[in-house]
Amino acid sequence: MATEAPTSGEYIVHHLTHMNSTGHAQKAVIDWSVWNLDTLFFSIALGVITLFFLIRAARKATPGVPGRFQAAVEILVEMVADQAKGIIHSAESRKFVAPVALTVFLWIFLMNSMDFLPVDLLPRLWAMISGNEHAYLRVVPTADLNGTLGMSIGVLLICLYYNVKIKGFSGWVHELFTAPFGSHPLLWPVNFLMQIIEFLAKTVSHGMRLFGNMYAGELIFMLIALLGGTATVFGFLGHIVAGSIWAVFHILIVALQAFIFMMLTLVYIGQAHESH
Amino acid sequence: MNLNATLIAQLVVFFILAWVTMKFVWPPIVKALDERAKKIADGLAAADKAKADLSLAEKKVVDELRKARESAGDVRTSAEKQAAKFLDDARAEAARIIAQAREAAEAEAGTAAQRAKEALRDQVAHLAVAGAEKILRREINAQVHADLLANLKTELQ
Repeated sequence: MATEAPTSGEYIVHHLTHMNSTGHAQKAVIDWSVWNLDTLFFSIALGVITLFFLIRAARKATPGVPGRFQAAVEILVEMVADQAKGIIHSAESRKFVAPVALTVFLWIFLMNSMDFLPVDLLPRLWAMISGNEHAYLRVVPTADLNGTLGMSIGVLLICLYYNVKIKGFSGWVHELFTAPFGSHPLLWPVNFLMQIIEFLAKTVSHGMRLFGNMYAGELIFMLIALLGGTATVFGFLGHIVAGSIWAVFHILIVALQAFIFMMLTLVYIGQAHESH
Repeated sequence: MNLNATLIAQLVVFFILAWVTMKFVWPPIVKALDERAKKIADGLAAADKAKADLSLAEKKVVDELRKARESAGDVRTSAEKQAAKFLDDARAEAARIIAQAREAAEAEAGTAAQRAKEALRDQVAHLAVAGAEKILRREINAQVHADLLANLKTELQ
């Protein structure tokens, strides 16, 4: 236990600080020498869990009567395959893009679900294990901008790859300068600027949307926890009622945001297949 | 809300996870799904075929039954005809035998009556001769009176 109870502001700031490789809060907005160890640990662990279950399902997959677990995985696979089929018309591309979408959906779903754990559970456990009462730990990897932007930049790279693959490098460069306004040489800079803005906007909004939703959700859980932290009857009841309502509502957000991220992944990669 | 090297790490993790899914997860599951779809389609087709076969077999059975009934009818008719023919033949044969027997009996009876008549005539002639001898008290020459006797015999006929 801390020697004295933190103020509300200190509590929130403490919960919003990553356990990073420097051991204290990152000062600069961008610092490429710092690693958020908590985000990395939880995202990799959840990714491994995702793959573990998927591979187990894939190993046992039979064309015969499926068990419940296999049926559940098959429902997911069918859902993703149907969406991919509707958006990306190249069967060759779907061989890679559909698995990407499935991975993204399940992985983000699990990472978002970390929000359902009590906000103080894992940080408190970590503080006890590490012996440092002020140890930082954030358990929701998708409430870290690095996590979501990392994935959205991954999607951007896939988009660039398919742009070059489908249209050829010269075809893609031609499109960069002639779409969307026309091929007149005077329009080339404008077109190029628009294209760059489009790629930037897509990628940033893709990552920011997921981050914003999960960050806000996490913050509200913390505020609700603060309500219970007042240790009054009102605070206690308020914590239970508001916490229950927000957790139930958050189930929707968790699934919805995972689905939206997957769908946008498919849509952006689908756009890379179409010429303007 | 700071950016740092975690972003790069997350990017790499993203591609590793996607690659593993593409390599080891997606193909077996999709293959199993496709195979099951094919199995179900085959099963449905087989069921349809079995149904068609069944109705065909039923039609055949009805056909065979009808044919069997027809041929049984034919057999019965011909058997009846034959039986009637046998009966007629037997009847005709019997009638023939009866007629023959009657004829033979009649003929026999006729000859027997003739013979009896002749014997009677002989005896009558003898009696007449004997009676005449006695009447005439004299010997009649049978040779001389043969004509007379023959006449008498004829008259008695």
